[in-house]
Formats: sequence, structure tokens, C-alpha cells
Amino acid sequence: MENDEETSGQMIDEIYTNGGEGKRHGSTMNGEQLDVEAYAALYSGRTKIVRLLFIADRCGNPAMQSEALRMAYDEIKKRDDTQLFREVVQKIDGRLGPAYTMDTAWVDAVQRRAEVKKEKLDVELNAYRTNLIKESIRIGYNDFGEFYYSHGSLGDAFKSYIRTRDYCTTAKHIVHMCLNAILVSIEMGQFTHVTNYVTKAETTSEALEPVTAAKLRCAAGLAHLESKKYKLAARKFLDVGPELGNNYSEVIAPQDVATYGGLCALASFDRTELKNKVIDNANFKNFLELVPEVRELINDFYSSHYASCLGYLGNLKANLLLDIHLHDHVETLYNEIRHKALIQYTLPFVSVDLHMMAHAFKTNIAGLEKELEALITNNQIQARIDSHNKILYARHADQRNGTFQRVLQTGNEFERDVRAMLLRANILKYDYNQKQSRKQ
Amino acid sequence: METVEAAVAQIQALSGSIEDVSHLNGLLKQSEDSLRLKSTVLSPYLDQLDPSTHSLGYLYFLEAFTSTPIIKERANEVVALTIRFINSCTAAQIHLAPDKFVSVCKRLKEQVMWLETPIRGVAALLTAIRKLQPCTEQLTSLHPDFVLLCVLSKSYKTGLHLLEDDIFEIDQPKDLFLYSYYGSMICIGLKRFQKALELLHNVFTAPMHNLNAIAVEAYKKYILVSLIHRGQFSAAFPKYTSSVTQRNLKNYTQLYLDLASNYSNGKISELETFVQSNKEKFDHDNNFGLVKQVVSSMSKRNIQRLTQTYLTLSLQDIANTVQLKSAKEAEMHVLQMIQDGEIYATINQKDGMVRFLEDHEQYKTCEMIEHIDSSIRRIMDLSRKLTAIDDSMSCDPLYLAKVGRERTRFEFDDIDTAKFCI
Repeated sequence: MENDEETSGQMIDEIYTNGGEGKRHGSTMNGEQLDVEAYAALYSGRTKIVRLLFIADRCGNPAMQSEALRMAYDEIKKRDDTQLFREVVQKIDGRLGPAYTMDTAWVDAVQRRAEVKKEKLDVELNAYRTNLIKESIRIGYNDFGEFYYSHGSLGDAFKSYIRTRDYCTTAKHIVHMCLNAILVSIEMGQFTHVTNYVTKAETTSEALEPVTAAKLRCAAGLAHLESKKYKLAARKFLDVGPELGNNYSEVIAPQDVATYGGLCALASFDRTELKNKVIDNANFKNFLELVPEVRELINDFYSSHYASCLGYLGNLKANLLLDIHLHDHVETLYNEIRHKALIQYTLPFVSVDLHMMAHAFKTNIAGLEKELEALITNNQIQARIDSHNKILYARHADQRNGTFQRVLQTGNEFERDVRAMLLRANILKYDYNQKQSRKQ
Repeated sequence: METVEAAVAQIQALSGSIEDVSHLNGLLKQSEDSLRLKSTVLSPYLDQLDPSTHSLGYLYFLEAFTSTPIIKERANEVVALTIRFINSCTAAQIHLAPDKFVSVCKRLKEQVMWLETPIRGVAALLTAIRKLQPCTEQLTSLHPDFVLLCVLSKSYKTGLHLLEDDIFEIDQPKDLFLYSYYGSMICIGLKRFQKALELLHNVFTAPMHNLNAIAVEAYKKYILVSLIHRGQFSAAFPKYTSSVTQRNLKNYTQLYLDLASNYSNGKISELETFVQSNKEKFDHDNNFGLVKQVVSSMSKRNIQRLTQTYLTLSLQDIANTVQLKSAKEAEMHVLQMIQDGEIYATINQKDGMVRFLEDHEQYKTCEMIEHIDSSIRRIMDLSRKLTAIDDSMSCDPLYLAKVGRERTRFEFDDIDTAKFCI
């Protein structure tokens, strides 16, 4: 007897605090600023530069901004893209000292090198074309594609890669072409192409290497994310195998896979799917290890510790807004997750005290009432609010009465429609008779 | 028939049996014009004829008499005469000359309106309609006139009585439009908004070749009544609306569509300012009363939405959510709605709380069972009617000819598919 009272007392406490204060051990809340260097180290190639520029644009912090711009400048010097170079210099505006200004000598050198290389590639390609050796032509176009890509002419790069399609002989070639096309399309932001080429690559006759398969799934997930199909995006990201490792750093880092997959899953999956596909997913666990906050917040959500879950989300928000793929979707995803949390909280109870609920969600009662009102109006929660006593009562629709109401209503509508129809038929008949009599 | 006396004698002689009467009809038709010429002197002869036995003859005489413009002093007399005739004539005889009857009644309506006592014509026209209709489902040309008189004389209950009949047969579409339009005004007056919506819907979705003004006015009222009754309005036309209507109707009713979109935003103050700024236009269409009802229905709609989400709510909160000025005003609104039966609630004045209750209808009573049973029977009758009409149309030679012509074009394909089906 006493034991029961104790345990029930404990349970009430836990519901009240909702894991707000207790569960901080182990995980470190990533509340501090994004470490630009560490972040940039995850990526390579052109996407590194683009991401750094994005961060520089969006973050409010001048120290971070200059750091990002400095790193971007260094990266660009390693490649050949003069357009990006000009952009970066403009943004730096001389703030980082004399080493980081417009280096016209370098620009000219790059241009000259580019022209020379282009001539050479052109000559080679023409030679191959006259010789009609498929493999060489394919390699020639590929080289052209790479050349254009490194110089920042993404449209031309894409076209060159596409041209190799006619000269692909094995499935490997096709996959190679698809991957290149996908890379350029993602940079250009044209995600319809991405989906197309992913499908094309996945339906080749040979089995794909696990790394390639993982890459393709990431790309597909990104495409779905852009088109706001969060459920599909989540599924794709969750299917990415651990072989991905750092092999796709030109596009995405494994941390991103974990974050995107985790957040989209949380926002769009129901409880069973969340358990099966995320929490029990051995492969995805490896990814989640890389971003322990996301792992913690998913577990918190599943075990109904909403306050800490929402706390983690709040901390991650600032950094997520600096991510080029996710920033548009952060608000929507966060709202979805919050709504899901509210709905899940009220689901098991017949009546809920709004004071306790407000404490669990760390809001005030008025705000909570407004949120609940919106959810009830959208029919996502079946309940009614007793505003006087501040209690939420679950309300289950009476099936029998509802059925009777619907039956009577359908009957009335049917009657109305048939009567109107007969009337209209009559008018048409009259019309038709008029025409007939006029003809005759 | 040269003289009127001869005509009178004929009438008195031949008003016995059906064949006599039809014979009489023929004779009278021939002497129609001559009768009309002598219309001014006809009134003493009318006394010689008995309206019930000599209905047909009386009708001809009366029609000739009223075909000339009547001076004001005699109008009263004419009206009384016509009413007496309508009340006592025999339906069988009238059916031989229906258009004459209709024109007599129309003259009656004009006289009554001229004298500005529309109520005198109401009962008479109702009797006239009943005598003229071969069955209650037929729309006669008198229906719109009758309904118009009801509207003008505010005798809504009588009008409603006629509107309860379903109409399936019509002679003239224009009659239908006017009848439905005036009928909807009666229903709006009696707050039978559902029936009004039905009638107005019939007007603007009817097949027509050219947009007519009645459809435009009907659509305007339809928008307003839809907002009052349902709280929403969908601007999509049903598929069966004629293309003419679909293309052009919105151009004439833009103001009302703006009102509807304003309403759907849910802000009373904005709606009120919109209404105030366009007051003259609404007045011009005689719709301002309806528009005021639309505005008040908005707060009602908002309060009703609250019943779905709250069990109890303080009056102050209601006032805030629904954007009323004070808790007192909210209390008045809620009280009015409870009395009208639009919501189920109790007001606790001590705490200033309103408790919303569920609809008590349990669907278990005898009345409910009877209601359901009668609905089922009505619907079964309707579907029987529908199948009957469908059958008769499939046997109609004109329809088959038209369909048959189109079929020959596709015959070749039909044969091919038939082969593959084997």
C-alpha cells in the first residue's frame, strides 16, 4: 500500500516536471555558437564555399562572419572559380586586411589557364569525335563537365554531363553520369532533375555499390526535403546506410543526414513508425551518434519528456537556420513537432489540468489555451476546454447520433438535388421543344 | 354571332354537357373579335350569365371586357367581378380556354396593384391557380403573380403554403425564374433560409442561353443568404450551370463576392466598414436589410465555433474572441441565440460564465422515427419518378434519333471492341 502511494507520488512528480530538470546528464546542449571551422571541415568542394558564404550572410555575429569569409576566400583560391572570388571579395570589403583583397593577378592567371585548358579539351574532343571512339568521347565530355564545374558555369557543366549519356556503354558509366548530374543540379538548386537522375541511377540493371546507393538516397532525401515532402524525405534519410561515411562530402555530411532525417521523422511519423524506423534502426543509430542532441531529443519525445525535447530543439534552432538546405523548413518542422507533442500529451487522458500541461511545455496558460484551441478547431485533438476551471476534457464523438445526423442530411441533399435536376431537365425539354417547333 | 344577345343565348343554351361546351368554345372563338369591339357595353350582360354554370362564356365576356384599359372608378367594380368569377367558376370549362383565364387573372393582378391593395388579389389568385393547374406539380403563369402579390401584401404564410408544393412541370422558364425569385423573398421573410437557398439556386443554375437580370439578382441574394445560413460561400458553380452563366455572372455581382471574401476573413469590424462604405449600392439593390443580417450572423457564427472548442467560457473571453464590445453585449448575443435555438447553453451570471451543452437529440423518440420514415418514403417516390422519366426519355423518338445519329459515327469502333471482347 505504501509502496503504491510512493510510486504514484513519484509518477505525479515526473508528469509535473516532465523531465524538465532531471535528465541533463551525459548530453551537452549545443547552445554555443556554431564552430565555423569544424563545420566547414565536414565538407569539401564547391559546397564548402557556398555554405560558408551562406553562413556569412545569415549569421548576425561579425566575428563569425569574418571567420566564414576568410575561410571561403582561402577555399576559393584553391579552386578556379573567378565569379565566386569576386563575390567573396565584395563581401569582405577589405575588412580582413590586405591579404584578403581583390587579387587581379590571380584572377587573370586563372582566366588564362582556363582558356588554355578549354582549347586543349576542345581539340581533344574533336579528335575523339572524328575517331568515333565512344569511350573517349564520353571521357572528353566528362572532362568538359568537370572543367565547367570548377569554373562555376554550372549550366554548361550540367549540359556536358548530360551529353555523355549517349556514349555510356556500361551501367557504371550511367551511374557515374547520374551522380555528376545530381551534384550539379543540387548546386543549381534544381531538385526536379535530382529526382529524375536518382531514379535513373537506381533503375540500372546492375546492382549498385553500397556507397553509391547511400549517396543516391541522400540526394533523393534532399530533393524531397526541398519539395516539403517531409515524410518521404525522412524515409530516404533513414535508409541511408552507414557506408556513406565521408564519401559524399561534396554534398552532404553524415551529421546532416542524422539531423535532417531525425527532424523530418519527428515532424511527420506517427509513434509506431518513429519507434520502428528511427529508434530501433541500427544503421541510423550510427548517424545519430554524430549528433547526440538529435538523438536525445527524439528519445525525449518518444518517452514524453516534452519540456527537454523542446529545449533541445530551441537550442539547435539558431544553428539550423544557417544550414542551406534546412533553413526554409525549420519553422514548419518545429511547429509540426510542437503540435505533435501537444497532441500526444493529451491523447492518453480523459481530463488534463492545463496548469500541469503549461508547466510541462514551459508556456503560460493563456498561450497554451490558444494553441489548444487552434488544434481543436483543426480537429487534431478531440476535446473541449473548460475555461473556468482550466481543464481539458476529452470528448469522443457519439457515433450513433453522428450517423443519424449524417443520414438525415444526405437524404435531404439527395432530395434537393433530384428535384432541382428534374426541374432543369424540364427546362431543357421546353427549350428543345421550342427549337424543334421553330425548325418546323 | 352578330349581336351580344345572340352570344348570351348561345352560352346559356350550350353550357350543359362537355360536347356542348366544346362546341360553344369553337363558336365563341369565332366571335372573339366582335365581342372585344363591344367591350364597353358588355357589363350588363355579365349579370345575365351565371359564373359557375356558364363559366366559359363568362370568361370570354370578362376577357373581352377587361381587354380595354379600365378607368380608375370602375377598377374596384372590375376587381370584385373578377374575384367573384374566379371563386365560382368551374375548372373543367376553364381548361378549354386557359390562356384567356390567365390573361383575366393577370389583369386582376394589375388592377389590384394599381389600387395598391394587393391583399385583395391573394386569395383569388390562389384559387385561380388551383383551378388552373392540372396537377400540383405544374407551374402556371399565375404562380409568379401570386407570389408577387404575397410579397407586396406581406401575406407570407399563404405564399409559403403554395411554395411547399414541388414543381416539376413548367410552361415557361421565365415564369419559373420569377416564381423562384419572389418565392425566395417570402422564405427569407419567414427565415426559412434553406428553402430560399434552394429556390435561388434553381434560378441561376437553370439552363439559359442569355444571362437575364433575374438570375443576376438571384445570385446576389444567394450569396447573402448563403452567408447568413451556412456562414460560408463557395464561388464555384456546379457543373450543370450553363456556360453563359459561368462566364458572365461574376461580372455583375463583384460587390457581393467581395463581401463574401471579407466575411470569410472573420473580422467583424472590417466587415462593418465595408458594408458602411457600400451602403448606397446595397440600398439600390434593396438588399441592405439582408446585408445587416449577414453582419449579425458573423458574430453568431463565431460564437457557434466556440461551442465546439470550449465547455465553459467566461463572457469576457467570448466578447474578446468574437470582437464584441463588452461582456454585457456578449451575454445578450448568447441569450438571443439560446432563445432562437441556435446553441445549447446556460449562462451563470454569478461567475459570468457560459456553459455549453450538447445537443440533446438522442434520435430515439417516436417523432424522430416517423420523421425518418416519411423522409425515406418521400425519397423513394422521388427516385421512382426519376426512373420513370428516364424510361420515358429512352423511348422518346426525338432523343433516340439524336443519339442514333451520333452513334453511327462511332459504330466502327464499337464493332472492333466487340470483337476483342470475345
